[in-house]
Amino acid sequence: MRTWLLALALSLAITAPGWAVLPDEILDDPVLEARARALSQDIRCLVCQNENIDSSNADLARDLRILVRERLVAGDSDADVKAFLVVRYGDFVLFNPPMKLETLVLWFGPALIVLLGGGGVIAYYARRRRNPAAGPAPLNADERQRLERLLADTDTDAKVAEPRSR
Amino acid sequence: MIPEIGHFALILALVVALVQGSVPIIGAARGNAQWMAVARPAALLQLALIAIAFLALMWAYVVSDFTVLNVVQNSHTDKPLLYKISGVWGNHEGSMVLWVLILAAFGAAVAVFGGNLPPSLRARVLSVQAWIAIGFLAFSLLTSNPFARVFPAPPNGNDLNPLLQDPGLAFHPPMLYAGYVGFSMAFSFAIAALIEGRVDPAWARWVRPWTLAAWCFLTAGIALGSWWAYYELGWGGWWFWDPVENASFMPWLMGTALLHSAIVVEKRDALKAWTVLLAILTFSLSLIGTFIVRSGLLTSVHAFATDPERGLFILLLLCVAIGGSLILFALRGPALQAGGLFAPVSREGALVLNNLLLVAACGTVFLGTLYPLFLEAATGDKISVGPPFYNKTFVPIMVPLIAAMAAGPFLAWKRADLAGVLGRLKLAFAAAAAAALGAVALEGGPVLAVLAMGLAAWLLVGTLAEWADRIKLFRAPPGESLRRIRTLPHSAHGMTLAHAGLAIAMAGMTAAASWKAESVQTMRPGESVDLAGYTYRLDRVDAVQGPNYTSDMALVTISRGGRQVAQVTPEKRLYPVQQMPTTEAGIHTTGMADLYVVIGDPDDAGGWTVRLFHEPMVPWIWAGVVLMVIGGGVSLSDRRLRIGAPSRRAKAPAGAAAARA
Amino acid sequence: MAETMTSGMILRRRLVFLAPVALFGVLAGYFVWGLNPDRNPRDLPSVMIDQPVPEFALPPIEGMEGPGLSDADLRTGEVTLVNFFASWCVPCRLEHRYLLELAKDDKVHLYGVNYKNEPAEARAWLAELGNPYGRIGADATGRVGIDWGVYGLPETFIIDRTGRIRYRRVGQIDQVTLDREILPLLRELSK
Repeated sequence: MRTWLLALALSLAITAPGWAVLPDEILDDPVLEARARALSQDIRCLVCQNENIDSSNADLARDLRILVRERLVAGDSDADVKAFLVVRYGDFVLFNPPMKLETLVLWFGPALIVLLGGGGVIAYYARRRRNPAAGPAPLNADERQRLERLLADTDTDAKVAEPRSR
Repeated sequence: MIPEIGHFALILALVVALVQGSVPIIGAARGNAQWMAVARPAALLQLALIAIAFLALMWAYVVSDFTVLNVVQNSHTDKPLLYKISGVWGNHEGSMVLWVLILAAFGAAVAVFGGNLPPSLRARVLSVQAWIAIGFLAFSLLTSNPFARVFPAPPNGNDLNPLLQDPGLAFHPPMLYAGYVGFSMAFSFAIAALIEGRVDPAWARWVRPWTLAAWCFLTAGIALGSWWAYYELGWGGWWFWDPVENASFMPWLMGTALLHSAIVVEKRDALKAWTVLLAILTFSLSLIGTFIVRSGLLTSVHAFATDPERGLFILLLLCVAIGGSLILFALRGPALQAGGLFAPVSREGALVLNNLLLVAACGTVFLGTLYPLFLEAATGDKISVGPPFYNKTFVPIMVPLIAAMAAGPFLAWKRADLAGVLGRLKLAFAAAAAAALGAVALEGGPVLAVLAMGLAAWLLVGTLAEWADRIKLFRAPPGESLRRIRTLPHSAHGMTLAHAGLAIAMAGMTAAASWKAESVQTMRPGESVDLAGYTYRLDRVDAVQGPNYTSDMALVTISRGGRQVAQVTPEKRLYPVQQMPTTEAGIHTTGMADLYVVIGDPDDAGGWTVRLFHEPMVPWIWAGVVLMVIGGGVSLSDRRLRIGAPSRRAKAPAGAAAARA
Repeated sequence: MAETMTSGMILRRRLVFLAPVALFGVLAGYFVWGLNPDRNPRDLPSVMIDQPVPEFALPPIEGMEGPGLSDADLRTGEVTLVNFFASWCVPCRLEHRYLLELAKDDKVHLYGVNYKNEPAEARAWLAELGNPYGRIGADATGRVGIDWGVYGLPETFIIDRTGRIRYRRVGQIDQVTLDREILPLLRELSK
């Protein structure tokens, strides 16, 4: 008994703690149990406020945990188990939103932001480079002398003579 | 009597805010020095009045004055004093008073320490601060009055939610609000600058200390919340991408971008319009976060009041503040002169990349948090967006950012030599490879975790290499290096500490998420279980009486290789007033890992459900974040920031003193 | 010192600066929608609307007379109501009088599913409050509830003549729900 527990304990490498799984729910087969735990972390507890069934103490969460294990033991694949729940509760029950027409914006949004942002930055600076007049005007002789005097005072924190510019 | 004084003080504060929000800014427009001078006493008076209100509420809690409805709803005579005090802000109404208190404190700080600011700018900034105060004071007084009375007074209160009776709660909200509200300073500076029509490097230097202080507080506040969630079961571990967690994370991401782009404004007089926009958006995200948490819009474990009427009021505030500021930006922004050009490979270029990735990351979190709402409005379908989404979208955006962070500080302004920089990072590259190989050797996989550990090592060693380079470590006599350490601007040290802290935290997060081990079983006193090389023996379980709870307290002895390592006392408590059970985990830190023991329910045969968790490198997360906050604090102490900026941070609210960096 | 910009560039620049406030406007619109007081963010619409009733066969409550409840009973060509209840559910107690009222009408076929309830407690509860159900099935494990997409008690379903689920209500029934939703739908489906 002890060695079996030890083997089970050592073989469980999971991505998040399960606060709520009870000893009587744990399957004998460690591979199936690991699958059950991983699945449970992606399944929402419907009576809780934003928890997964692996972490929730609610009755329904426990029922669903047991259901997931029963179906795994019966030979369902991970996708089958999820589909089983989605038929009854809708996409809401999955924490991993399915890739559908209505979630395209969600899934591709981040990449789109990066691309649009990057494109915008590149376009802006390319245009600026073609229009060199857009930069500050070059210094005249007077300003150049002032600059030289100021630079000679570098490394002192005493003065902050910042240029006034718009 | 005292609650009435508090109530009256709050009303007076609103009146003062109305004056502060009108006279100085009109004075600034007209060049009237006397009118502008009204700002300073007004700000100080406002702080005094709100402090009176806050203290009045605290008094009501401490003496358990049950004629005050707020105290009835959230307190109890048996509650320990610390939680009576922290109960003041453990509810919606009280936390709003804390919010405006911190707002007033920051305003007063500008009034007192902003002597080097041009009077017109100072007047405008304080007026904008007053506008925000008007909005929130009105919200508090009209919809969330903490001083409402109840007659007849009930014999006792409803007690504070037991999950909130915790030292972590005492400091988490004040830190968080100091962060949110601190960003209002950057916002006020941005609005004032737009009104004046001028953004220059001096402006950026004045904005920096406030933004930095706010960032430090927010980082600490988020970390405290995360740590509290970690050891207080039922809150999803140290991060669950819960909407309320995201609501605090978004201003942090945007605020970090703001900190970095302000550097470019200061040093190169560029990215001005963009920085002003970031300042507006950072505080806007703070406001949107406040809205999401308090309006009942989304479901969350952390959610506060769920009251659509209050939500409508906050939404109105949002529209005025955010809509108004963005309209001002649309009108005045184009007039801001564009700054200098730079090569793509340069420090400016790297900072632009930093901003791009941080803002994209923020947008990703925003999208994930609010998409269920958008979809439900559009089609009526409900979906859930949880950790799997963020792991696939947020993490890939962060990877190039972390990679670039190691090289960024090496780059020169305007135009840099990338090949040369990469040459100086050879050691960092070697460290990354070593870390990755080490991870493979110790754990084997998964691939992403191994790569992430390599990335963390890359950043850490790269950051240290840049620091060593600056002080000419090993290339000059030690005396010279020491001299350089002393004379290097504090912000350089601060940057090194903060970036290194991030690397360490990242390593901790990766390990904690990837290589956790767990064991759940029923144990009887005297039995032992092994996990990850440690042996856990349940010695006994006692029934214990606490001040306002009863508890089953277990004694678990942890040993390794036959020698005792620690004893922990996990508990399962029941708070009778609210009839709520809580679990207090028994945690022992070895520095490299947390040994986490939880006791559950008994069975009928004298056994107890015991959960054991081996959490690798979780302490590194906290250590890394602490380093980040220290880095921010060190940057704040930079002398150059004191020209036209305060040398001390704003007055800290009650309970936050211990956490100051 | 001034830039030479074409009017097109100026327009584009202005549009870029207007983008943030425009996006915020859209966002605010969604927020206003979200604050609708009739909207309960915790409500989950049933995805089994218009789906046929799931297959099930439940025994009666232990110690009570009766034939139990199965899906065949819901496909007899009559419009039926199925109410999930339990003695430990407080709102069930509050809605019970409306169920009793409904049951008085001979044309209404009201069936109950006793969800995860100790038989003795269920019997006592029904004895105390009255039994409006034509048939009752005892779902001891809650598995049938899951098949129906039940997540919180009480839940009430309306099934049409062909055995398809047409309506689900989560939470107690009150007079308003009866008048505005349930009775009109029953009448329409019975035509």
